[in-house]
This record gives sequence, C-alpha cells and structure tokens, in this order.
Amino acid sequence: MTTDVHAPPAALDEVPAGGAGPRRRPRAKTGLRLGGASGTTLGVVVLWMSLLVLIPLAAVLGKAFDGGWSAFADAITQPATAAALRLTITLSVAVAVINAVMGTIVAWVLVRGRFPGAGIFEMVIDIPFALPTIVAGLVMLALYGGDSPIGVSLVGTRTGLLVTLLFVTLPFTVRTVQPVLLNLDREAEEAAASLGASAPVIFRRIALPQLMPAIISGAVLSFARAIGEYGSVVLISSNLPFKTEIASSVIYGKLQDADNAAVSTQQAAAIATVLLAASAVVLVLIDVLQRRVARRG
Amino acid sequence: MGIQVHGIGKRFGDFVALENIDLSMRTGALTALLGPSGGGKSTLLRIIAGLEKPDTGTVEIDGADATRLAPRHRNVGFVFQHYAAFTHLSVYRNVAFGLEIRKRPRAEIRKRVNELLELVHLEQFADRLPAQLSGGQRQRMALARALAVEPKVLLLDEPFGALDAKVRKELRDWLRRLHDEVHVTTVFVTHDQEEALEVSDEIVVINDGRVEQVGKPDELYDRPANPFVMSFLGPVTTLDGQLVRPHDIEVFTDPVGDAVPAKVTRLQRIGFEVRAELGDTGGWAQLTRGQSEALNLAEGANVWVRPAPGTTRIPAPRQPT
Repeated sequence: MTTDVHAPPAALDEVPAGGAGPRRRPRAKTGLRLGGASGTTLGVVVLWMSLLVLIPLAAVLGKAFDGGWSAFADAITQPATAAALRLTITLSVAVAVINAVMGTIVAWVLVRGRFPGAGIFEMVIDIPFALPTIVAGLVMLALYGGDSPIGVSLVGTRTGLLVTLLFVTLPFTVRTVQPVLLNLDREAEEAAASLGASAPVIFRRIALPQLMPAIISGAVLSFARAIGEYGSVVLISSNLPFKTEIASSVIYGKLQDADNAAVSTQQAAAIATVLLAASAVVLVLIDVLQRRVARRG
Repeated sequence: MGIQVHGIGKRFGDFVALENIDLSMRTGALTALLGPSGGGKSTLLRIIAGLEKPDTGTVEIDGADATRLAPRHRNVGFVFQHYAAFTHLSVYRNVAFGLEIRKRPRAEIRKRVNELLELVHLEQFADRLPAQLSGGQRQRMALARALAVEPKVLLLDEPFGALDAKVRKELRDWLRRLHDEVHVTTVFVTHDQEEALEVSDEIVVINDGRVEQVGKPDELYDRPANPFVMSFLGPVTTLDGQLVRPHDIEVFTDPVGDAVPAKVTRLQRIGFEVRAELGDTGGWAQLTRGQSEALNLAEGANVWVRPAPGTTRIPAPRQPT
C-alpha cells in the first residue's frame, strides 16, 4: 500500500466543529444567560452549605477532640469500638465492591436483555430505596430471621449484615450505570467485533472504560450509605460486640449512656469522625482515580 | 471470488427485508448497493459482515463459506454512517484497535497506524479524541481503522450520509482515488444515485428486498430494466405513454415527422438548465439555456416534441412513478 493519495481535497483539512460534529456546537453568546453566579446567589449558597453541612460537621469534629488528641485516641481504640469500626469499614468496602460488579450486571441485563417481566424487574430495583430503613430491616428479618421460612437464619451474623447492606444499596450502581449503558453506541461494539474483538474483549476495552465513571460513583454511593446505615441492620445484627456490632450502633449506644454523658458524647463524636474521615478518604481516592481514567481514556 | 451471496432472505417480524437475493461482487471492485431507504440494502451489507443473521441463504467471502462465521472471524472492515468511533480512545488508538487485539508487536503497530493516518490525512490528529474531529475527519478515521486489519472486503454503510453536501462530494472523490490505490474489494450502501454513478464500478439496485438490476453505471443509466430503475437513477418524464429522460426530449418550433404538438405552460430556469413544462402532455423537457434561447421559447409557445432518436425509453407503468 502506498501512502500518496494525491492532493487532499480541501474538506480533508476542514476545521473541526465545522458543521458536521454534533458534539461541539458553539454556545450562543447572546440571549438568555444563566451561566454566571452573582454575588448574592454565591452568598446564599455559602450560608446554606454552612448551616446544613459545614457548621454541624465542625461541631462534631470539635466535640471529638474535646479532650484533646489522647481522648480521641482512647475513644476509638477501645477494643469493642475499634472492632466495630473495622467491621463497618470492611463491610462497606465489601458492599461497594460487590455492588460495582453485581449492579453493573443487573443494569446490563435491564438494558440489553429482552425478557418478559422486565418492567416489573425494573420497578423492584427501587423498592429497597423507597422503603424506610427500619422496614427494610423487618423485611430482612422476615426472610432471614430466627423463624426463617427458608430455614436460613442470619440473625447475629456478619453475613446477615452484609446481605442487609447489599439489599439497601442495590439501586445505587444499577441506577448510575443504567443511563450510561443506554447511551453506549452499539455500532462501536459492532465495529469492534468486525475488527476481530470477541465479546469479552469488546466489554473490557470498549464498554467498560465508558461505564467506569458511573460504576465508581455508584460504588462510592453504596460505600457512603453502608458506612452510616443503622435502621436496617440494627434488627438483624443483634449488636453482638466484637462480632456484629457496627459503628453506628456503638454511637447510638454511647449517646444512650446517661451516666457519664459528657465523656460518652465525646466518644460518639470521635467514632463519627473516623467514619467521616473514611468517607472523605474514599471520595478523594475515587476522584483521583476517575481523573486518571478520564485522562488515560 | 470476491463476495457471493445465494438465496439470502431476512424478515423482521412480518416485514420482509430481503427476499431470495443472489449476487456476486467482484474481487477488487467498488460495488454500490443503491436503493431507497428501507429497501434492504443495509441489511444485506450487515449480513455480509455477520452483524445480522440471514433466515435463509449463504454468504461466501473469497470462496469460503462465511454464513455461520462470527463477525470477528470474517476479516471484513465495516464503516458505519455515524462513524462508530471509540469515543474514549485517541485517533491513534482507534486505528490501532484491530492490531492491538491481535497482539501484534508494538513497533509494527506504530508503523502501520502511522502509514494509515497519513493515507487518510490525519497524521497531525493522532492524539486527539474523536469528539475533537469534524464529521469528515471522523469518517476517515473509521476508514483507516477498518483498513488497519487488512480486511478481505471493506463494507461501508451510507458512509457519507451524515456529512454535509460539500464534504460528502469531496470525500466521495477521495474514496474513489483511495480505492484505486488500495484495491480492496469494497461494497458500499447509498441511497444517492449520483454517488453510486460517480464512484462505483458496479451498481446493484435494491428495492423492496429484491434486486432490481445489476450492472455498470452507464448500463444502468442507459438500459434500465424497469421503470423503477430508470426513475431511481435519474430524472424521468412521460411522453406519449413512454418513460423518457427529460434531457432526451427534442423540442421543435415547427411540426417535424413523428413529433407531437405541445404547449409550454411554464418555463423555469435553474442556472444553466431550463425546464419547460409541457402542459397538455403532462411531461417536461430539460434544455440548456443556449437551446432554449435558440428556440426562442416562452411560456405559452406552441412546440412539437419527441424523444431524441436512439435514447432510452421504456413503456410507462400505468401508475406514473
């Protein structure tokens, strides 16, 4: 094959975005503009965020370090507390990872599969999301409780916790991945197939990179929900220290302790701070990861 | 050799997309599948690529039965109307895709991709993402990507359909020149008869799931098999119960031999061309501006018209097309 195809016609060097590209349409400079944020709106946002998020968070942090660094360290290194924190974070990571895989598969089947009852399936996905958490806990208890109709009791087990957390976080990855999956270019997959790619290669090299940001944000949402979940797990966990007691229930327990309220509240705040830090670390990690994925393409 | 299809049939529910298609496309030729939208030409192309399964019939590529082969084993290059770019990969990686999954050595990939990018004049855009290219550039990238794996056949589905008229025309000339250099057996789908007449070595006219006619562009234009082919390939009008091309109608100001009388009811000038509507015959004649001036044509003039001797004409169907 030679590489000289005579003089290129003018169109071959036309400027990008010259009419043909649907993606890059120059934004209109005139007309209704909702782009800029005025000083007033910015002020409102700052005030709103402060009242709702920043000040309460700062208050918790302040409370956690009430008795200085040593009190904080003491609070979170109490054996039962440390075990609960470890369990909570491990469970949350497991939930995030499992959801990343299973949620993607569920979304894939919902979008690509054609089967009777797809509409019902579609609605069922959101049920865990719509249920009050304590009701979700009851639902779990009804199936996996002591008098389980299927003979599987998960009360007081870590498996029970995991299953319950997976139940309440089911919609997250499904709902973040689904719209992206719907918009994937099927022809790009066909192009890859005609270029010699097998189905797994097409999934890994064409579909997955485009789904990754959605999968990651779904997983992060699952993690965040799992780390703070209380109502749905409290029934099935039985709160066995060193076994099934999770951080949020330790916090609740501390706050119930009226005998030495000051110390207990400080300890509860310290545990909350660890959970907060875990969430923050995950968010930052994910952000870095996502930027890297976006850059590498 | 080339591509042979035998007895291909395909239905989508009740809709018959293709019915018993037999075709043979020559090795190294540029064949156009021409026809109106919904006529089945894209379905046929997709069946050749393996992207669609035929209900009946067989597909042979280069003498080997490919009917049951998965697309990835057919060694065909496919170019889509809407580019089907891998949006998350750079232009370079798009073109390299087929070679990368074949695990070719990196140096060989680089050499080949750079060669192809030069061929399609995108060498300076190697690091861009497809979204940063114009439509014409994206389609050239898609073409380079398809050619990278050295396919036995290159299939293009309305490749210029999404581009504006000017880019379309330039790209079509360029495709013809590219084909003259690369010589890969190429089949492209189009609904634009001008595109088919201009670019291809052979045209297959497909309508309603059937092949209407196969032939070289001139053969089809000059000797259409039926009214459909005649009217699809160019302008037609009726004169004296026959389908004729309006540019084949002779106009006289005095009675001549077998010419029939007519009245010019409307005279319309479009650039160099003059269209004379011949009210009572229901037809129209296409003249050059010079001819029209020489005849001193004006609206309301009485003229005599006949098809020029030796030109294409076929009996008009009862329902004029």
